[in-house]
Amino acid sequence: MTSAGQRFTPLQRLLHWLMAFCILAMLFIGVGMVSTVMPKYLTLVSIHKPLGIAILVLALVRLAVRLRYGAPSLPADLPEPMKLAAQLSHYALYALMIGMPLLGWGMLSAAAYPVVLFGGVRLPAILPQSDSLHALLWDAHFYLAFVFFAVILSHVAAALFHALIRRDGVFDAMAPVPIHGEPTPAD
Amino acid sequence: MTQPRQLSARSLFGSLVLIAVIIAGGAAAFAYTAGWFSPQRLTPDKMVDALTPPTGVPLGHRRNHAKGICFTGVFEANGAGSALSHAQVFTRGQFPALGRFNLGTADPNAPDATVRVRGLGLQISTPDGQEWRSAMVNPPVFPVSTPQGFYELLLASASKDPDAMKTFAAVHPEFAAFGAWATGGPWTGSYAEDRFNSLNSFVFTDRSGAEHAVRWSLLPAAQPVPVSPDDLAKRGPNFLEQEITERVHGGPQRWTMVVTVANSGDSTADPSKAWPEDRRTVEVGTLTVQQIEPEPDGPCRDINFDPTVLPSGIRTSDDPFPAARSSVYAKSYDLRTAEAKDYPRTATDAKP
Repeated sequence: MTSAGQRFTPLQRLLHWLMAFCILAMLFIGVGMVSTVMPKYLTLVSIHKPLGIAILVLALVRLAVRLRYGAPSLPADLPEPMKLAAQLSHYALYALMIGMPLLGWGMLSAAAYPVVLFGGVRLPAILPQSDSLHALLWDAHFYLAFVFFAVILSHVAAALFHALIRRDGVFDAMAPVPIHGEPTPAD
Repeated sequence: MTQPRQLSARSLFGSLVLIAVIIAGGAAAFAYTAGWFSPQRLTPDKMVDALTPPTGVPLGHRRNHAKGICFTGVFEANGAGSALSHAQVFTRGQFPALGRFNLGTADPNAPDATVRVRGLGLQISTPDGQEWRSAMVNPPVFPVSTPQGFYELLLASASKDPDAMKTFAAVHPEFAAFGAWATGGPWTGSYAEDRFNSLNSFVFTDRSGAEHAVRWSLLPAAQPVPVSPDDLAKRGPNFLEQEITERVHGGPQRWTMVVTVANSGDSTADPSKAWPEDRRTVEVGTLTVQQIEPEPDGPCRDINFDPTVLPSGIRTSDDPFPAARSSVYAKSYDLRTAEAKDYPRTATDAKP
């Protein structure tokens, strides 16, 4: 990093990697469940709903932590378009992490489906029953899932670009453990 | 620290290739999971496509059991079911019920006399906030053993090959029992005289935690009067809806809910096989239908009678159909709610 060796706090790194696992699982479960009629459909749906709520809670915690602790600044020499892309993609990721579970919850509410989590815990409806709302939210939930996955792929590509090619400490800032040791002085 | 380390061209190329491989691999795994490389996978979309009737896609309607009429009433539990399941719906008391009489056809305009299978969708709500949804039909057994078999039945029924059904029946000998009922079983002139069966097996869990594999049925209080299909055909295209509307207007109609408990060893995975007649049955309550409402503005219109919406105390068994029905019903629901303009509400005071 520009400010040498500055990293996200351990709590932020923990949230990041925990959520990375949850969100990837969520997206794969989502596309898997809507493409099968086999009994695993019910298993996948029964994971999808509580996992989505868990991601919503984690995302809100993470947003609060981010607002409290901030983030290491990007390298000063990072080209402006890349800085812009980094900022925009992170806004998109936060919006999707918080928005997708709400869309799913709202979509089930608008369809008058009970939203049941593990242990029979039932969440209240957050929207009135409405066919038009359901149709709108269903489309949004479905198509944004692919957008979400695409944003994640570009996020991974950018992370690897920083880790393998630029080697500028951006990846190290979020790495679970330091991988390059102390930053070396510039050549 | 601009560019801390200069990469050799070779190392740069290697890194770019590695990144490309990781990203492409991730995208491919996603596409595989979504079924894009598995044209053989039986998806809800395929099932919905196969359900399309010759009259065309029933826009705005359920993709199967497309023709129906709403009802409201109460389910009065007598308490006997509590020995089998700890669900509140079996404790003695009255619980609001909402449902839909329907015909097993994908054509919402099919004349009533032309449809062999009749159904009853039901939702019972209990004060603990739980719901029990069920969609029952009048045949004594399901036509096929597996969702794949049902898909093949749809393809055979729609096939132009005159031998398609014969070929299908040869591959699916279990179809014979349903076929015998379809051709030789009695018809009635009223939903109120029909018996409706879950056919699928579920598992009840009682207060001690013991599990009981069950199926359930609604037995009509009204005496069934057999009517020949030829006579029914003379009664007008919507006689069932007209009859039940008038009948319920004249007085509530009742069905006794009977739960049949499997013996250990009875197959729960195959709804095309009836359990032996001597299995224990428990009368758990009475469904009373008090009011009929046309579907376009009725309370059942936007309810998906998904048979996997169950209160705690009832769960799915190894019967593969509830899962398949749930996934396909959800697809049907997603499609029809997006097509609501093709099936307009009729009330002039409809909410803006």
